[in-house]
Amino acid sequence: MQWETVIGLEVHAQLATKSKIFSGASIAYGAEPNTQACIVDLGFPGVLPVLNEEAVNMALKFGLAVNAEIGERSIFARKNYFYPDLPKGYQISQFELPIVGKGALTIDLDDGVQKVIGITRAHLEEDAGKSLHEDFHGMTGIDLNRAGTPLLEIVSEPDMRSIKEAVAYARKIHQLVVYLGICDGNMQEGSFRVDANLSIRPMGQEPMGTRTELKNINSFRFLERALNYELERQIDLVESGGQVVQETRLYDADRDETRSMRSKEEANDYRYFPDPDLLPVEINPARLDAARQDMPELPDQKRARFESDFNLSADDAGKLTQSRPQADYFEATVEAGADSKMAANWVMVELGGALNKAGLELNNSPVSPQQLGGLLKRIADNTISGKIAKQVFEAIWKGEGDADSVIEARGLKQITDSGAIEAIIAEVIANNPKQVDQFRAGKEKLLGFFVGQVMKATQGKASPGEVNKILLGKLKG
Amino acid sequence: MHTKTIAELGAGLRAGEFSSVELTHHFLQRIERLEENLNSLVTVTPESALMAAEAADQQMKSGHADPLMGIPILQKDIFCTRGVKTSCGSRMLDNFISPYDATVTERLMQAGAVSLGKANMDEFAMGSSNETSYYGPVKNPWDTARVPGGSSGGSAAAVAARLAVAATGTDTGGSIRQPAALCGITGLKPTYGRVSRFGMIAFASSLDQAGPMTHSAEDAALMLQAMAGFDPKDSTSADEPVPDYSASLGDSLQGLRIGLPKEYFGEGLDPAVSASVESAIEVYRQLGAEVMEISLPNTGLAVPTYYVVAPAECSSNLSRFDGVRFGYRCENPHDLEDLYKRSRGEGFGPEVKRRIMIGTYALSAGYYDAYYLKAQKTRHLISDDFRKAFEKVDVIMGPTTPTTAFGLGEKMDDPVTMYLNDIYTIATNLAGLPGISLPVAPVNGLPVGLQIIGNYFAEAKLLNVAHRFQRESEWHRQMPVGFE
Repeated sequence: MQWETVIGLEVHAQLATKSKIFSGASIAYGAEPNTQACIVDLGFPGVLPVLNEEAVNMALKFGLAVNAEIGERSIFARKNYFYPDLPKGYQISQFELPIVGKGALTIDLDDGVQKVIGITRAHLEEDAGKSLHEDFHGMTGIDLNRAGTPLLEIVSEPDMRSIKEAVAYARKIHQLVVYLGICDGNMQEGSFRVDANLSIRPMGQEPMGTRTELKNINSFRFLERALNYELERQIDLVESGGQVVQETRLYDADRDETRSMRSKEEANDYRYFPDPDLLPVEINPARLDAARQDMPELPDQKRARFESDFNLSADDAGKLTQSRPQADYFEATVEAGADSKMAANWVMVELGGALNKAGLELNNSPVSPQQLGGLLKRIADNTISGKIAKQVFEAIWKGEGDADSVIEARGLKQITDSGAIEAIIAEVIANNPKQVDQFRAGKEKLLGFFVGQVMKATQGKASPGEVNKILLGKLKG
Repeated sequence: MHTKTIAELGAGLRAGEFSSVELTHHFLQRIERLEENLNSLVTVTPESALMAAEAADQQMKSGHADPLMGIPILQKDIFCTRGVKTSCGSRMLDNFISPYDATVTERLMQAGAVSLGKANMDEFAMGSSNETSYYGPVKNPWDTARVPGGSSGGSAAAVAARLAVAATGTDTGGSIRQPAALCGITGLKPTYGRVSRFGMIAFASSLDQAGPMTHSAEDAALMLQAMAGFDPKDSTSADEPVPDYSASLGDSLQGLRIGLPKEYFGEGLDPAVSASVESAIEVYRQLGAEVMEISLPNTGLAVPTYYVVAPAECSSNLSRFDGVRFGYRCENPHDLEDLYKRSRGEGFGPEVKRRIMIGTYALSAGYYDAYYLKAQKTRHLISDDFRKAFEKVDVIMGPTTPTTAFGLGEKMDDPVTMYLNDIYTIATNLAGLPGISLPVAPVNGLPVGLQIIGNYFAEAKLLNVAHRFQRESEWHRQMPVGFE
């Protein structure tokens, strides 16, 4: 039997506000347990939530970025359930009238094909705290620092038909929220979490199969693995005469498997109702306009602009705009005077490689875009060769100053004076009569040998173009 | 000194006739002597009261003349008070020392009021007789075999017995006005949003509203002045200017249009109470008011609507009392479910549990539309009744309660009869309107309350209308026997 995979994703993006969604407490990551929870986060008797308007603005930006319907009124609702890390016994979330309604996102697949994935809704909610089951001698420790952290839950339509599409969609959402500056995208720290709904149906069949929901996925690699495991599990199950049960399954990355967490029967009745402590959020056109004005250039727009303004290939433009820091770095490098194609190459290959090796992120790069731009300018104006430039780059990396001062201090300026080069070439020819004869007898590969000798004599500072030209003239002449 | 109002005592303090420390001592002694007959207080804080009194005396010496400066008051034990037990009348919070002050508390303290302690109340403000308190029932000073009303029964009884000059209360379905009526004092429930709810332990968030409980409308104006106003910590508090409530107290009532809803004078109303209310209305006629009958046709929906909305909200509001972070925790829980079940089972009393169960049911999948959603619709109908009425009249008058105070234990076994005691007060909470209850001619020695309902943010008008009656009558000056 041919099976069709149907996947929908729920992404929880932690919003990059300064404070929590309903209190003034900080949301910084990594603080000592329970030091960033105020009486509101702790759900003390008598406290009330006050909405952080910045979280609303961020949600609006997301809505605009996916061309979503944004209603004039949005309502917060209580989702009621008991759990020790949920201080109030309910989570403030949204149910009817979420802040962001129906939208869509176009994903790019490997073969250059594009596909539109529907977005059902995106709503604001508060995060719960954390239950710590280790180190408490059989008891559970509760850390409420995370309680009240603003989340945007982005729910897709079940529009994905392969695991590849699902991963591409998740990556695209990730790229988008980071670009928008509304989420730091850090999956390790839980700032970007993905839950996946997967079902299968015989190819060509209309009705959906029974789905399972996969939780606890904290990287794109794990998303792919979890879906792979679950897809195989469902196919094996159905093909051996079993039935998929609607349930929530936990992905265990260590064992690379999913296992049942709770079934539909055990699911809570959340008793959603409008939170009477919060007024409806009114989104008037002025507010929407303000959010629109505040929107950065989005990845797809940036890619198109890079292609046209910087004469880059679609591939390079796509890669450069993959992340906003990289795209920004590239543009700053060009602004500092670098040739755009050279800059693209250096940012992605040389700088990218060096950062990778050092285990650094772009925003911690020891080489600034201005320094890189200064270096590339010196290649373009023939002050140094591309090869010497790598040396200079290393020196800048080590903190020896910018390109011009390194070139000056190390005496790396390219010898372009043809008289000086001719003299050295004459010497090289005189010192290697055997090789000269062989070359003249047709062994033209030896040109490299002569170039090498000249470079050695000039410590690599001779302009390679110039050397080639003069050498050929002398040898053939 | 205890027979005087805030206005009178304030004048005495500022004239240097007595100090706030002396005044505070006087009331603390009364509490010591008389409180055991009433059980109106959960906590008395003599030391901090005397310290606050001393500070007030200092302030007055340096010229501060805030009307509440140095005035001894009580706070309903639903308001969080820093460093002081805040029990909400429940075993659940018997061990709860609040780490912060409610906005109402903060504002009253800033105005210089001296808090003598915390008043007893129905558990989590759920009750109409003050019999659901973990600390035992409060008794009515007019007849200690009778209830004081609820849920602000401790506040009402204490003010009536002159254990304090004034008290704070909260009103979700009548919890200020009904006990004020049964104890013969003046109680004002402001417009929803007029007073901040921050730090007031929530019962039903869309209905709860704090207000003053005093001897006179004049005093209520002084208390409300300090309590009212927008609070950035409460999103539902109204960003409306606060008028000078005392300024318009003496305004003429010539031409005032008073509406008497025929539904408030029908079946179930004690004829003697009705007669007393009608005699008060006669006073208004003499003051130049125009009285007309009106109709609030959906009055019958108020109690059933309320008993869906309020329990629904409370079932969620009270989920935070889970034995995890504060409040009562059962002994030796053997797992999480046991911790929840026993902490809540042992920490809450029967009326609270009843309402949590009703509310949980009303919000459940499959019942939500039939109960909660329908109640929201009928709530609109009730608001509409008032909106139409206020096109024709300036204020609405009627009895606050259908009867005078009933006997302790009389209605405890019959929740529905108990709920019907709030039949005239509940609709204003559902509509979010302000209402005041003031004492009129008693029946068989028991107080009777006249309720006046106003339009949104018409507190100044209500106080004016109440004050003009109190200028013509002495009912608000009467003292229960044994507490003179």
